[in-house]
Amino acid sequence: MSTAKKTTETKEVKKAAAKAPAAKADKAERTKMEIRLTGSGGQGVILATIILAEAGIEAGKYVAQSQAYGPEARGGSCKAEVIIDEKPIGFTKVEKPTFFMALTQKALDQYAPGLSKHCIVLLDSSLETPECLLANKVYKAPILESAIKEVGKAMTANIVAVGAINAILNLVSDEDLHTAVMSHVPKGTEELNEKALKVGMKLIKK
Amino acid sequence: MGKTVLMQGNEAVVEGAIAAGMRFYAGYPITPSTEIAEQSAVRLPQVGGKFIQMEDEISSMAATIGASAAGVKAMTASSGPGFSLKQENLGYACITEIPCVVVDVQRSGPSTGLPTSPSQADVMQAKWGTHGDHPVIALSPSSVRETYDLIIRAFNLAEKYRTPVIFLMDEIVGHLREGIEIPDPKDLEIINRPVKKFAKQNGLPYHVEEGEWVPTMLPFGQGQRYHITGLAHGESGFPTNDNATAGKLVRRLIDKVEKNYDDIVQCEEVMCDDADVAVVCFGGTARAAQSAIEQAREKGIKAGMFRPITIWPFPSRELEALSKKVKKIVVAEHNDGQILLEVQRVVKNNCKVDFVGKIDGSVLTPPVILSKIEEE
Repeated sequence: MSTAKKTTETKEVKKAAAKAPAAKADKAERTKMEIRLTGSGGQGVILATIILAEAGIEAGKYVAQSQAYGPEARGGSCKAEVIIDEKPIGFTKVEKPTFFMALTQKALDQYAPGLSKHCIVLLDSSLETPECLLANKVYKAPILESAIKEVGKAMTANIVAVGAINAILNLVSDEDLHTAVMSHVPKGTEELNEKALKVGMKLIKK
Repeated sequence: MGKTVLMQGNEAVVEGAIAAGMRFYAGYPITPSTEIAEQSAVRLPQVGGKFIQMEDEISSMAATIGASAAGVKAMTASSGPGFSLKQENLGYACITEIPCVVVDVQRSGPSTGLPTSPSQADVMQAKWGTHGDHPVIALSPSSVRETYDLIIRAFNLAEKYRTPVIFLMDEIVGHLREGIEIPDPKDLEIINRPVKKFAKQNGLPYHVEEGEWVPTMLPFGQGQRYHITGLAHGESGFPTNDNATAGKLVRRLIDKVEKNYDDIVQCEEVMCDDADVAVVCFGGTARAAQSAIEQAREKGIKAGMFRPITIWPFPSRELEALSKKVKKIVVAEHNDGQILLEVQRVVKNNCKVDFVGKIDGSVLTPPVILSKIEEE
């Protein structure tokens, strides 16, 4: 049996000192973007939030990206989120979206009740806007249709959406966004996705 | 420090494990841990390692132990249902003193429960899931960056103490993507298990030197033959029914972890110095608690957070000291009260202990924790 002595060194406990509470609540609200994208599984809304998170990092910001979906990978409602902030992020889930997008009616009907009058909303043109929708501003854009007719491939709708979202929110520079898209699309699809990004940007009138 | 990259918690497990020297992964994919298997399948061949998808979780655990017995740092990952299946062989790794890392990305249970929903209800299973008295080291990260650092620590502790280390994650961190700076490999402390040739071919593989905690037998395949068994054994490695020998073995197995508390146990205190209320939480829940204590301070309540990073052994000493300073402790976890039991055991009547939990698969939010902090 071993007789090794217990170490007697003083134990270091990681300590974070009491920080002054974040300067002013209203200021914090302005810098923190809480983005929630919804649609149907397979439409690529998770990838869209990953790209926005990547772009946020390119722009030197803190990001937290997560998603919720059922056991089925395709077809069910899908919710993906990204928080982009100037300061380190505590809670990693979106509480009060500052931006919300829906690509399907089912997702819109399911997630619309969580919205507030501070939220900017982007809906695919094919959706019916619920009468009771609370929002600061509602954009409607033919995201799904443009992916098919202008880009030529339905599955680029998520990249079209990424372009439109950044045109609305000015989250990052066009260059950072382009870099982020290129680092997450499959090899051989760069040109197609570049086109999708441009089509998306043009959907929003500045 | 290099460039900041966007990484998922599950990916950070694999990248950190490879940096720690992992060169073998055996597993059977299960949500929300699947990305660990996927990423291991991509990355291990790139660094000369091996990935194998086994027929189930029982064999995955067996293969992990087998690879490590041959001297290769090995890991397996699963979620609750698979973690249940790994328990028998986990005990085998404990008694045979074969280092390995077992990741459990917890999900809502019991049974197959809610596959994609977060939970932290395997805390007690991590300690008592495999039968018999045995040593347990379990670590739990609360961010992607910490996941990277802590999985390296998991391998180091496994190697140093020749015992399985349980990496207790949750869906919140496993599926979270954040920006992290990957540390330079040369800045990392990597520990390899102590090995030494035993004196002669029929020597004593399980002999433990005076002043040491673990045996130093060579890995299989390096020239010395010996016997490994899940039965109680003495220094020879062969089974015995001798009570004294068996008692001495189990005592050493437990003591090598419990008596090295200072080396193994880590915890974090945030804004605890002047706190009246402390939230005790671990893993992904800490992110909600962090926001909750910041909001409490904005309202003028002196709130802090105490976070066990090492779940087992539980950081009893540090929590006991804190419980003598604060008026109230709020335990927040995604289960029906598991860490709570440890907190109550440690705190006794030093201060009030409140609890807020979740068992429906949804996420504990800052306002829910805040209202518990505010409660009289």
